[in-house]
Order: sequence, then C-alpha cells, then structure tokens
Amino acid sequence: MTATEQTNEPGWRERHASTIRMARLYARTFRNNGSAMLGLGIITVFLLAVLLGPWIVPYPEDATGAINLANKLQPPSASHWFGTDEVGSDVFTRVVIGARVSLQIGLIVTGIAMFIGVPLGIIAGFVGGWVEEAIMRVTDVFLSVPGLILAIAIAGVLGPGIFNAMLALSLVWWPGYVRLIQAKTLSLKSAIYVDAARSIGAGRLRIVFVHILPNCLSPIIVKGSMDMGMAILGAASLGFLGLGAQPPYPEWGAMISVGRNYLPDWWWYSFFPGMAIFLTVLGFNLLGDGLRDILDPKGRE
Amino acid sequence: MEKPLLEIRDYRLNFNTFDGVYHALDGVNLSVVAGQSLGIVGETGCGKSVTVRNVLGLLPSPPADVISGEILYRGKDLLRVDQKEMQRIRGSEIAMIFQDPMTYLNPVFSIGTQMVDAIMAQQKSLPREQRKNKREARQHAIAMLEKVHLPNPEKQIDRYPHELSGGMRQRVLIAMALSGAPKLLIADEPTTALDVTIQAQILDLIAELVEDMGLSVILITHDLGVVAKICDRVAVMYAGQVVEYGSVDDVFTRPRHPYTEGLLRSIPHPGRPPESLSGIPGFLPNLLSPPKGCRFFERCPKALEKCRETPPRISRPEKGAEALCHLYSEERGDA
Amino acid sequence: MLSMFLKRSVLMLGMLLGLLVITFLISHVTPGDPAALAAGPDATTEMIEQIRTERGFDKPVIQQFFLYAFGILQGDFGTSIHTTHEVFDDIVAFFPATFELVVFSILIAILLGIPLGVISAVTQNSWIDNVIRIVCSSGVGLPMFWLGLMLQLYFGLQLGWFPLGGRLDLMTDPPMTITGLYLIDALLTLNFPVFLEALHHIILPAVALCFPALASIIRVNRAEMLETLTQDYIVNARAQGISVLRIIGLYALKNSILPTLALIGLRFGWMLGGTVLVESVFDWPGIGLYTVQAATASDFEPVMAATLVLGAWFMFANFLIDLLYGWMDPRVLKKG
Repeated sequence: MTATEQTNEPGWRERHASTIRMARLYARTFRNNGSAMLGLGIITVFLLAVLLGPWIVPYPEDATGAINLANKLQPPSASHWFGTDEVGSDVFTRVVIGARVSLQIGLIVTGIAMFIGVPLGIIAGFVGGWVEEAIMRVTDVFLSVPGLILAIAIAGVLGPGIFNAMLALSLVWWPGYVRLIQAKTLSLKSAIYVDAARSIGAGRLRIVFVHILPNCLSPIIVKGSMDMGMAILGAASLGFLGLGAQPPYPEWGAMISVGRNYLPDWWWYSFFPGMAIFLTVLGFNLLGDGLRDILDPKGRE
Repeated sequence: MEKPLLEIRDYRLNFNTFDGVYHALDGVNLSVVAGQSLGIVGETGCGKSVTVRNVLGLLPSPPADVISGEILYRGKDLLRVDQKEMQRIRGSEIAMIFQDPMTYLNPVFSIGTQMVDAIMAQQKSLPREQRKNKREARQHAIAMLEKVHLPNPEKQIDRYPHELSGGMRQRVLIAMALSGAPKLLIADEPTTALDVTIQAQILDLIAELVEDMGLSVILITHDLGVVAKICDRVAVMYAGQVVEYGSVDDVFTRPRHPYTEGLLRSIPHPGRPPESLSGIPGFLPNLLSPPKGCRFFERCPKALEKCRETPPRISRPEKGAEALCHLYSEERGDA
Repeated sequence: MLSMFLKRSVLMLGMLLGLLVITFLISHVTPGDPAALAAGPDATTEMIEQIRTERGFDKPVIQQFFLYAFGILQGDFGTSIHTTHEVFDDIVAFFPATFELVVFSILIAILLGIPLGVISAVTQNSWIDNVIRIVCSSGVGLPMFWLGLMLQLYFGLQLGWFPLGGRLDLMTDPPMTITGLYLIDALLTLNFPVFLEALHHIILPAVALCFPALASIIRVNRAEMLETLTQDYIVNARAQGISVLRIIGLYALKNSILPTLALIGLRFGWMLGGTVLVESVFDWPGIGLYTVQAATASDFEPVMAATLVLGAWFMFANFLIDLLYGWMDPRVLKKG
C-alpha cells in the first residue's frame, strides 16, 4: 500500500465495493467454466508469444526469411523443434513470430469493422426511418454474400499482399456489427431508463454516449473476441490461396501455402503453422463463449 | 370406509438446489376415494403442485429427491413403478391438466395432431383389435372437443395453438387429458391464468365432466370458493405440510387450524363489511432451513410455547377435520 | 403461404440487385483503372483502350451500371484470360462439380449434425456428450484448407483409403452428362463402378468442407434441444402417456430444429466460401478452383462472375430455408 492511498479515506476499495463484488462474481463464473479457462490459457500463451517472440525464438533472423540452405527441410529435432523449411529457416521461429502478424491482423480487421459497424448500427437503431432502412438493406446485402468470396474479389482487385488482405477482410466484416448493434440499440431505445433520461431532457448525443454505448459494450466485447479468431482464420485462408501475405512473410496461412508443396515427406512444414491457426482460433472462440456466459447470457446464437 | 383410489402416505420430498437442500414436502398424507373430489388449497409455494406432480412421475430428478413415502394407486406404488407402467397409467388411468394453457400446447403442431398422438399413445396397452386407427382417433378427438364445448370442433381441430384463445386452449387441454377415459383427473390450478369470466366457464365444465364421466378429481387451487363449489373433501397445505384435512363442510364451517381460519377470513364476502377482511401477517418460512417446531409458529395468533420447539402431530378432534396443531392434541390430551 | 412466397421473392430480387451493385462497384469504381483490370496484367495500352470503349468504361457511372447489369442478364460475364473462354461458358462447365460437392457436404452436416446434437442433449454431461462437445468446440476453429491437407496426408497417403483429389481417377471417363453431377449421372445411367468411384473421391473434400458447419449445427441443436426439453408442452406430452422416444424425436425435435434451420442458412455461406479453399486443396474442378486460379493470375472477370454466382446461390438457399421455416412453424406464416 502506498502512502497516498492510505490518506485517501474512504479508500478505493470502499468506494468501488459494488464494482469489485461484480468483478469477483464474473471471475468466479469464468473460473468455473472449464472451456473458457482453456481458452484463456491458449490466448495467454499466444500473447506471451507476441510479447516475447523476438527474444525467445532460437533463430530470430529466420523470421523474415534468412536463407540457410545447408539446413533445409530438416525434421523436428532438439535444435529445430518444428523442423526447418525449404530455405533452412526454423519453422518454430517463424510460427512464434507469426503470432505477432496474426494478432496484428485480428486487431486491425476487427478494429476497422467495429469502427465502421458500431456507429452505423447505433445510427440505424437510434434514428430509425429511411436512414435505418437504407443502412440495414445495405448491411443485408453484404451479409448475404459469403464473406470469403467477397474478400477474394476485393483482394483480387487490390492485388495480393498482407495489407490488402486486411483491408478486404475489414470491408467484409463490418456488417455483422451493424446488425448486432442496431438490434441492441433498438431494444435499449425502448428501455425504461432511456425514456427516463429523455423525459428529463437529456440530449440525443448524451443518451447515445451515456446510456446506449456502454450497454452495447458487452456484446461488442464478446463478438470482438470471436472475430479476432475468425479474422485470423480469414487472413490465413487468403494467405493460403496466395491472395494475402506473400512468402517469406511469416504469416501462418502463407507458410502452409508453400508447405503444402512439400507434403507428405516434409509434413512438419505445413502441420505446425496449421496447429497454430487452429489453437489460436479455438482460444479466441472459447474465450468469447466464456465471456458471453458472464456478460451476455441471453445472447447465444 | 371405502378403499381409496389414490393414497399418498408420509410423502417427503427435497429439492437439491444450489443453495442447499430445500425441504419441499414433509410427511404429506392424502387420499381420494373413487367418485369423490379432493381440493388442495394453500398459498403459492406451499407445495400443492409438487405433491401431485410426481403422481405421474413428472418431477425431474435431480433436483427432486424423494425421501420417503408412497403414492398408492389401486395398491400400486407410483413412486416405484417402471417407466413402461408409468407410461401406461399416464392419460389412460390418471390424467393431468395444468395452470397455463398458453404454454402447455406444442406451438408447432396442430391441435388435432397432438390429440390424435395422445389418443394413439394411450391405447398402446389395449389389445390390437380394440385400438382405434388414425381416422377413428381423429373422430374421437372431435367428439372430445365437442364434449368440452369447443365451438366448431371439426374446424378447430386443424388449427394451431396460437390461433386459439386461452379459454379455448384450456378446453383443448381438458379434452386431451380426458380422451383416454382416465379414472382420476389432476387439475393443477386450471383457471389461474384465465380471465375471470372464463374461469367460471372452465370450472362449470370440470364439474359437469366429473358428473358425466364419474371422474375423481384432485383440484389444486388457491381459491377457496372453487373448492366449496366442486369438491367433497379439502386439504389445506402450508409450507410443505397438510395442516388440515377433512370434508369441505367441516373445514369451512368449523376450521380447526389457525391457518385455515386465517385463510377463510381473507375471503371477501358480499354480506360482510370489507373491514372484516384480513390477511395473515408474515411470510412462509424458508424451507432451506425449516423451523424446528410448528412451521406456522411465526405467523400463528394462537401459538403456544411448545409450538416453538416441538413439531405438532395430526390430531382428530371429535367434530371437524383433522389438523396438524398442538391446540387440539391439548384438548384431547394425547400429545 | 403464397403471400409469404411472393414477399420473400421480391425481397430476394432486391438483394440480387444489391449484389449486382456490389460487384459493379468492385469492378468498375475501383481506385485503379478498371479497364486495365479487365484487360489483365499483360495487356498493351491499345488493348486497354479497346476494352475501355468496348465495355463502356469511359461512360458516366450510372450508364456503366446499366450496361453492366444488362450484360449480366444476357449472360455476358466477360472473357477469362487464363482459360481464354467466355466466363459464362466456364461457369456453366464448372458449376456442377461445386454444386455436387456443396450439396453432398451440407447433407452430411445436416444428417450427422442433427442426430448428434440430439444425442448430446439427451445424454447431457455424460462422456458421450463431453466428447461431442469437445470435438465441436475445436471444429469451429479448424482451418478448412489445413484440415483438408491433413485428411489427404492421413487418410489419403498414410492409410491409402481415399484418393488425393479430383472427381474421378484420371483414366476414368465421366458418366454421360445429364445433370453434370457425377453421382447422379452415374446412378441414372446405372454405371455403378463410376458411382462408387465418384463417391470415393467426394468423401474427403466433403468432410473437410462440412466440418466447421457440422460442429456449429451440433452445438446449436444441442442447446435448442436442451431448452425445448424443459418446456411445459413437453411436460404435458409426457402426462398424456406419449413415449419418451416419440417426445424427443418428434415433439422436441421439431421445435428445436427451427432455430437450427436458421443457423444452417447462415453456415451455408461458410461452405460456399470454403469451396474455394477445399477445391484448391483437392484439385476439385469447380468454381472455387477456377476462381482461385483466376484471382492469382489477375484474371479479374471470372472472380466477379464467381462472386455473383456464389452470392446468388447463397441468397437462394436462404430463400428456400425461409420458406421451409414458414412451412414448419405456423406462427411465422401469420406474421408474414
């Protein structure tokens, strides 16, 4: 305890007693949920790989495609846990560094999708009328095209590359948020406390920022967590097809795309990046499921 | 005395809940004689519905946990019969209708489909040549709907539950329950969810069918007037126990248990000034940790000192109904 | 029912128009030069200019859209650079393969997913339920293309049970074309060896394609089933003496299948997107493979055409599911 905290009576703990109690309840619900804890565990490992990656990997220079032909296509061993690829780079190193790329992809894609989708959803739900009609119809059309196909089309126009792949995925991803937030806003708009706020003369913006946005937070967090995984999967799919990150960029999908040419004899080359995608997506999904159980129990599929 | 059709003996049942063991029923004793009807009254949460649900094995276990007792139907213990026998009894020996007609019909099947299905299921134990085929079952369903005075049964039978009003749905449920010609009908608050005018119609219907079909009925309600109108005997339940049990005349004119007295005082009566109305102060005891002595002790105006520590036993006063109360064991001196 | 059919039809036509606008925007209003895009990477300046006037890229945007839309309606999807055919002809040639794979795959997902969901719900918390749930949780995260590779590796190469790719062996003549679906055509022409061979070839790709959808169908059907089994009407059905099997298999299933149906509609999109991945893993000569080859060769018009076709297919599938929903749930009809 620091001195400033002691002089500050009643302490932080007392002033936030109810928040702490709620957090404790959430924590306990979450801890009792086995699969959510598994998800949290996987994501923790993933984040550790992101944070410590360059310092813990055995061959940092291999991340960007250093060439060491003497060591090419070595099976997994003590010095190369996941084996080596066709130019002799350490697959383990590249998979660990790939976590950074994936996190970046997940954050950017879901970030942009939220940035476009959430305001549109709130506007649609709150303003209503033809504005809502217009926004929702456009959203519906986007939602009724298979996402990956649309992303391929957009990536095809923009040309291959990790940046374009992220842009394409973001352009495909936002409608989901519009749908989610519009529905939530509609139900909140009719809620008692919004009526009360309106009756005491609160302005529209104030209602949006004080009453609606904070209440949309739970579903956004839950969907955001799941979408992190799905965006990583989407980017890996584009990478695999050759429309996303280009080798030797350490992106998991792109690694598999090269590695498949070396099947079946050099199976480790595509096996380990695939496991990485699988576990990461699984982790984010389980985490999202667990978060939904505590934050938004009624919002199941 | 006539041999009872259904007899519940020393029935104890707990619910294992998150917060601990909930002592829902504590030594319930009841019986219904063929052709008679029994009313069970008491406030919400006193265990009325729980008592009868397991007659047809309808309480999911867990959480329900039968501690002791038996439910004898013609000498057979329904708590211990196998799945197959229970299925045979359901609908064709004992039938049940429920509180909320809105939720007890399956929304995605038509009335006819559901009734025919029930009729087909109820005749499984009959010899093959006596069974109805689908068309006959449908005719029978229409006849049953007619019997419960559903207008236009030939048309209504093909409609879906959401197209009918609450009162009509309850009629359908009654027709469905009685289509297997059961001997005993258990009606679990059949009118609570309905409009007042409809309530009367449904009760008249039940009374009429009881007469017509020679049914025995167990009617669960919190409306004492309904019991007075339809039933021969009445059991008053409080906090998982039957506190008073006897003929309707005895219980309503000479109530023994202070709880029954309280209940009767809380009925509005056109002849008496509204000031004479009174409720019973206090709340039901928490059955996660039931009181040591009498369960009504906290709210009882006539409580004695011994009521705090010693649970009362059933006593049978000379005149009137039997009661679970120390006051009468005192009188007769057989505590 | 009829009014609902009409309503949904109008709605779907609107959506198709919207889809057309999207592909138009992507192909005509891109930051780069749409004419250069259409001409392909190796085109000379003259070729680009020729395409520009030929296809009206120099006209106002609105006019361009009408030209584009009428072109599409007449089946003019442009020309593929890498196959040198009309895109329309290519699509017609490749569509049956994709259709066969997707339909086969969704059938597996439904026919396995619904019973497994029911079994999982009925045996709640038993080891069977736990195994099913673990497999399902993992299923959603499995990258289809990687799963496909691993299936090839294990069942194709290691065990040698299944062929690695294609619709038939290289030396086999396809059955006479009636529907273009090898399984059906082989049956219709009573060509059983080819039927078995086609079946043999389709299993691995279909499994890879359906797995994520299968997992999510099981999950949702399990949850819905559990919810339905606690409903009052189930208690009533039991009180009527109806057998447990019938209650689960008929009464509860029909109620819980409705939300599952809605989910199947959604997941169908995963599968249509997934064909692109799975077809390129298994060398399945369908629209997906065609699209990928076109996209990586900067051959732009086939990609747009595939987007249109797969998008329209997805919309049509959901239209059918809407109708099915209305037919199964009488409450929907009333609301319209």
